[in-house]
Amino acid sequence: MRGHAFFALAVAVASPALADSLMPAAELADTALPDPVQEAKAKDLMYSLRCLVCQGQSIADSNAELAGDMRAMVRRRIQAGETPNAIRDWLVARYGAWVTYDPPLEPVTWPLWAAPILLVGAGAWLARGRFKRRGRAA
Amino acid sequence: MGMRRVILWAPLALFALFGLLFTTGLLKPSSSTIRSHLVGQKLPDFNLPAAQAGRPSVSSAALEQGGPRLLNIFASWCVPCAAEAPQLAQLRDAGVRIDAIAIRDRPDDIAGFLKRYGDPYAAIGADKDSSVQLALGSSGVPETFVIDGKGVIRHQHIGDIRPEDVPSLISAVQAAR
Repeated sequence: MRGHAFFALAVAVASPALADSLMPAAELADTALPDPVQEAKAKDLMYSLRCLVCQGQSIADSNAELAGDMRAMVRRRIQAGETPNAIRDWLVARYGAWVTYDPPLEPVTWPLWAAPILLVGAGAWLARGRFKRRGRAA
Repeated sequence: MGMRRVILWAPLALFALFGLLFTTGLLKPSSSTIRSHLVGQKLPDFNLPAAQAGRPSVSSAALEQGGPRLLNIFASWCVPCAAEAPQLAQLRDAGVRIDAIAIRDRPDDIAGFLKRYGDPYAAIGADKDSSVQLALGSSGVPETFVIDGKGVIRHQHIGDIRPEDVPSLISAVQAAR
């Protein structure tokens, strides 16, 4: 009983760590661009950029205000004719490869790219041993 | 025979390894602070409107003149920003110039915040859509950058400034001369 009361009090007292501002969402945060080709490009990019506040979500999925401002920035720049890769590079220059779900090939990330090839190679080697043995038995 | 035994047990060992990684990952709180990669580089070009009528604003050009200072990223709606106010006042009293960028804020709310918690700022710019915050590589409020006399970012402090952070910030600004 006392535990419940304490819990209720804790919930009532706790203020959200990430308070929101009183300002409305940025103009292009939740509004599609009029040009469907540009909007598709912007959407693709948004799904591959990581939200800085919620961290587990892409900026396309996040309700955080900073994610909304990032979506607006992506749409603004796509509309101005910037390429998705240029926008991604701009963000990576500021936040590191952490910000993109499409990591560039770097010394730190090369195992990500090499591991599948190595694993398939190891699998083929194992399978080869099996087939050989079976062949001999037959 | 020995090799065969190794191959037989390898999948289970790998599975156990991944299981261990997974459980330790779940138990460890995910507290990754994202540092700006612009530390050591020149400020990006920006020019913000003043957050308060009749007061100076903040621009990259203005930050290149007038000596080293702190650039405080804050907002009136941000709870830890109120918590660091006494420390900012202490820094100002120690002779540190503090410029500020107000994120997603309104003039009246800023005025109310400064009246309640004190006003240590020499200039305040209004970043209505977080665009300058993104250009600086900042990912939240409050954050504080040390800017040297030539407009180069020397240091980034993430989160509210605690009393124990004050001396090191003062020496960081002095070193940025």
